[in-house]
Formats: sequence, C-alpha cells, structure tokens
Amino acid sequence: MSALTSRPTADNRLNAVNRRRRNAKRGWNLLGLLVFVLAAFPVYWMINTAFKPAKDSIDPTPHFFPWPVSLENFHRALNISDFWGPVERSLIVSASTVVIGAFIGLLAALAISRFAFRGRKIVIVGILTVQMVPLVAMIIPVFLLLNQIHQIDKLSGLVLTYLTFVLPFTVWTLRGFIVNIPKELEEAAMVDGCSRTGAFIRVVFPLLAPGLVATSIYGFIQAWNEFLYALLVMSQDHQTATVWLGTFTTQHGTEYAPMMAGSTMMGIPVVILFLLVQRKMAAGLTAGAVKG
Amino acid sequence: MSAADTTTTQVPPPRRHSSPPGHGTGRARAARRRRFALGRAATPWLLLAPCILVLVLVLGYPLIKLGTLSFQDYKKPQLWGFKPATWVGFDNYQAILSDHEFWSVVVRTVLFAGSAVILTMVIGMLVALLLQRVSGWVRTLVNIALVASWAMPVVVAVTVFKWMFDSDYGVVNWTLSQLPGVDYTGHNWFASGPQGLSVIMLQVVWGAIPFVVITLSAGLTQVPKELEEAARLDGADAFGVFRYVTLPIIKPLVVMMTTLSVIWDMGVFAQVWLMRGGHPEPEFQLLTTYSYEKAFGVNDYATGSAIALLTVLLLLGVVAVYMRQMLKIGEVE
Repeated sequence: MSALTSRPTADNRLNAVNRRRRNAKRGWNLLGLLVFVLAAFPVYWMINTAFKPAKDSIDPTPHFFPWPVSLENFHRALNISDFWGPVERSLIVSASTVVIGAFIGLLAALAISRFAFRGRKIVIVGILTVQMVPLVAMIIPVFLLLNQIHQIDKLSGLVLTYLTFVLPFTVWTLRGFIVNIPKELEEAAMVDGCSRTGAFIRVVFPLLAPGLVATSIYGFIQAWNEFLYALLVMSQDHQTATVWLGTFTTQHGTEYAPMMAGSTMMGIPVVILFLLVQRKMAAGLTAGAVKG
Repeated sequence: MSAADTTTTQVPPPRRHSSPPGHGTGRARAARRRRFALGRAATPWLLLAPCILVLVLVLGYPLIKLGTLSFQDYKKPQLWGFKPATWVGFDNYQAILSDHEFWSVVVRTVLFAGSAVILTMVIGMLVALLLQRVSGWVRTLVNIALVASWAMPVVVAVTVFKWMFDSDYGVVNWTLSQLPGVDYTGHNWFASGPQGLSVIMLQVVWGAIPFVVITLSAGLTQVPKELEEAARLDGADAFGVFRYVTLPIIKPLVVMMTTLSVIWDMGVFAQVWLMRGGHPEPEFQLLTTYSYEKAFGVNDYATGSAIALLTVLLLLGVVAVYMRQMLKIGEVE
C-alpha cells in the first residue's frame, strides 16, 4: 500500500472499506444461517414429529412446532412391537465388539507404532487396504462363512463380522494417538527401572486412555448403526435395533409418527455420544494430513 | 509424522552409566541383552497376531472365497450341502457381461455415485469456505447442525427422509406447493427411478457433507494467511486466490476426501434398500443391491459374487489413488 497517500483520504477509504466489509459479513452470515437451517432441518423434523400428537402429523398443513407436546408416539412405538429386545441385542453386540476390538486393536497399534521390525510397513499398508474393502461386496462369502461355522442368527457371529470394520479403524486411530506420546517418557521410566510392560502400563496407558475411550465410543457408534449384516445374519425374531427401525411397519402400513419417536430414541443417544468424541476423533483422523 | 517418531524405542540401559554399579556381572548382562534382542524380534508379531488372525479369518478368507465362488455354480443345493459346488470357468462372467440389465445397473451406479461425490465435494468445499467468512456464533450454529447430522444413524436418517418426502403428508411436497404455480400435492417421488434416486442421493449427500466440511475447515485453518494476502495484493480476485493459493495447499485433503467419498457412495446399500421397503424396483437397482438380490433374492450366490467382485475391481483404481496419497503425505512410514 502506498505510504504517500495523505491522511484524510486514507481515513475515508478505510471507512468505506469497513462499511463494505460489514455488509459483506452480514451477507455471509445470512448464507450461513441458511446452511444451518438446511442441515438441521431433518433432525428437527424428526424430533418435531415425534413430540406432536399423532393426528397433527397427518394434517395436510404441516405443524412446524410440536405443540401441544405429547408422548403418545413414544408409547405407541414402545407398544406396537418389542423395542427393548432389539435394543438389548444391539447393546450386547456393540459393547462386545468394542471391548474385543479395543483390546486386540491396542496390541496391534502398539506393535506398529513402538516397534521396528521387518514387515512393519507391509502390515500398515495391509491394514489401510483392508479398511478400503467395501463391506457390501463381502456380504455373500461372509454369509457362507458364518453358515459354515454355525454363526448365523447368533450375536457372536455378528460381533465377528463387526470386528472387521472396527479393528482396522481402531488400530489406525490408536496408532495416531500413541505416536503423539513422546517415547522419551517410556525411556525415562525404563531408565528408572521399569520393565517395558511396566513403563507402558504406568506411563503410556494413562496418557492413551482418553484416546482409547474416544476410539471405543466411535467404534461403538459404528457397530450400533450397522444395518446390512444385521439384516442378513439375524432372523426376524432376533433383530437388532437398526433392523427393527428399518422394517417398522404395522397393520396400518407405515406409521410415521411412532416411527419418528423410535428414530428419536435411537438417534439422540448416538448424537450425544458423538458430540462427546467428535473433536478428538476429527483431530486424530486428519492429524498431519496437511503440511505447510 | 516422520519415520523418526515411529521407530522403535532404543533400549538405553546397557550403554548408560546411570545404572547402579554392581548391577549384575558382564555375562549376565550379555545374556539379558541377547534375550531382549530375541524378544524384540518376536514381540511385535505376537502383539499383531490376534488382529491379523481375525482379519484373515473374517476378511481374507471371504475375499478369496468371493473370487472362487464367482467361478463356480453355487445355488441353494450347494448352500445346504446337497450338491458339491462345480467349477464353471468364466460362465458367470460371460452371462453377466452379456446381460443388458447389468450394464444399465453399472451406468446407473456410476452416475449415482459420481453425482453424489461431485455434489458432496463442491457443496462441502463451499460451506467450508463460507464458514471462514461468517461470525463466530453463526459458525458455532452451523457446526452443531453438521455434527448432529453427521452423527445420525443412516437408518434413522433414511426413515426421516422417507417421511419428509411422503406423498400425502410429507413436508417437502407441502413446501414446494407453496411456491406460486407449483402443485406437488400427493406427488409420489418414488414413482420414477431417476426422481427416487435423486431423493436418495440428497440423503447421501446430506449425510456426507459434514465430514467433508469439518475436515476441510480444519485444513483451511492451516493455510497461511500471508500467502492469501500476498496473492490479493498482487491483484488476484477471490477465485484466483482460492484456485492458485488455497487449493494447492489443501489438495492432499481434497484427494483423500474424494477417494473416500467415491468408495462410500459406490457402496450405498441401506438407503436404497430401506427407501424401497426391501424390494428395490429394477430402475432403483445399484450394483450393491443388484448383487444382494441375485444372491439372497434368487439364491444365485455365484452370480452375486461375480457382480460384487466386478464392483471391487471398479473401485481398485480409486483405492490406489487413496493409498498413493497416504504414502505421499507420509502417514505410512
């Protein structure tokens, strides 16, 4: 910018620039609010439908606010068909998957982040490639395999298949967290007389715990949300929650209002869990991707 | 992340003089060192064993099985073990590749996934750029909405979209009908394939955008402000700054997001299956549902496998680009 411009003109220009900037900001904010409305609307519409009286949701003129608030849709969703059975099965499957996945995954993550050994790079590339295999394409042979080992319609069979997508992801994310813990800390503990295992348990593990929890919650959500394998592996009497919701029909056809109540009950806990870990996971997923 | 961060912990004690004197004789120390070296070679593999075992059993073996199945005759009798599977060479592939329906499914899938990826990336990038320019409170609001829609389970999101696009009581038909001269009352979005798939695509894009926006936003904050400022002073307009300064810096992220989106959008299954009540009509079939229907609808597991394998082959190129990018940015060291 030219230093030669005389003072008053510079001030005027600054004012004009400021005004233009403020107007531009207002425009951007309006656009931002539009994005907010569009992104949030489906979530809002689900909650709105769930909480308004059932007859309001089949009014030709939509009611945009759940007034009066009513819980009848929730009662109906809980009473039409077994709700807690599927939820319990989903909880069992997701929890088992995550516990096993976190344990096995942690061991593997330690191996590839704290040891130098021949074949390490191949293992890493292998795990990354496995993560890319579209699970939809694997459904036929996995079904035949589960059929062979008598795991069809069993929760354990479902846990086994869920491990295939939870594991690679867990290993990769935990690796990211472990790499960020300075190994000098471990070395210091070992100099002070800790064994390697002792150093890990006393020094690394406490630092890793938050990352481990976040990864586990994320894995839990993924297992909880899975639909395709749950649909195929489990019979109608042993549905998981997603399949229960997806095939929710009554003798009156699709009743959307109780369905939205069911959706709310299934979706909101997941959203809350996700909010808890999202920041940590997003940082872990993108760490080091952009280098200045 | 460089190799130096991830290489092994060097064992310090033997060479350090800080170890207390009289700490074992020389021979004992040598023996311990030898044991340690041996342990060091085996430990990582022992740690990896359970993980590799599970992945080989439930992913490696089925992957091979997928290949062999596609060259066999495998239907209900073979599933129940009444008849052994017989090898039929390329018969399955020949049948599929000469089937017009298969090719129309391929074209439909590629169009669907391609448009979904382009929409996701373009809208995602625009929203990420917009978020840099809005006030803090607007950014917070948008972020909350994005994370909430990101977290929605696919099945839940699909049922909500189905409800919003319901022909009789859907809020979308009502809203469109409020526009002057437009009447969408009772309009059935799923009467035609292209329209129904557009609704499904809208749901897919809505669910995919948050991940892209949040990742790209994180990337954008790492673009040095001075560089953009310098370009602007040199007379570049907003688009020029984006095209020649911002984009090259976040390109690795963009490539990764795009490849991941391609893989995800080619794998769309639940959305179509659920929106069509478990029985997608022919004009709604994508490669995934087509393969599923061949296998579990008409019990032709071999043909289903061949279709699935062809889908994977279609995706291989994209996976290769992703892996190359991961190697390039040094994540894999």
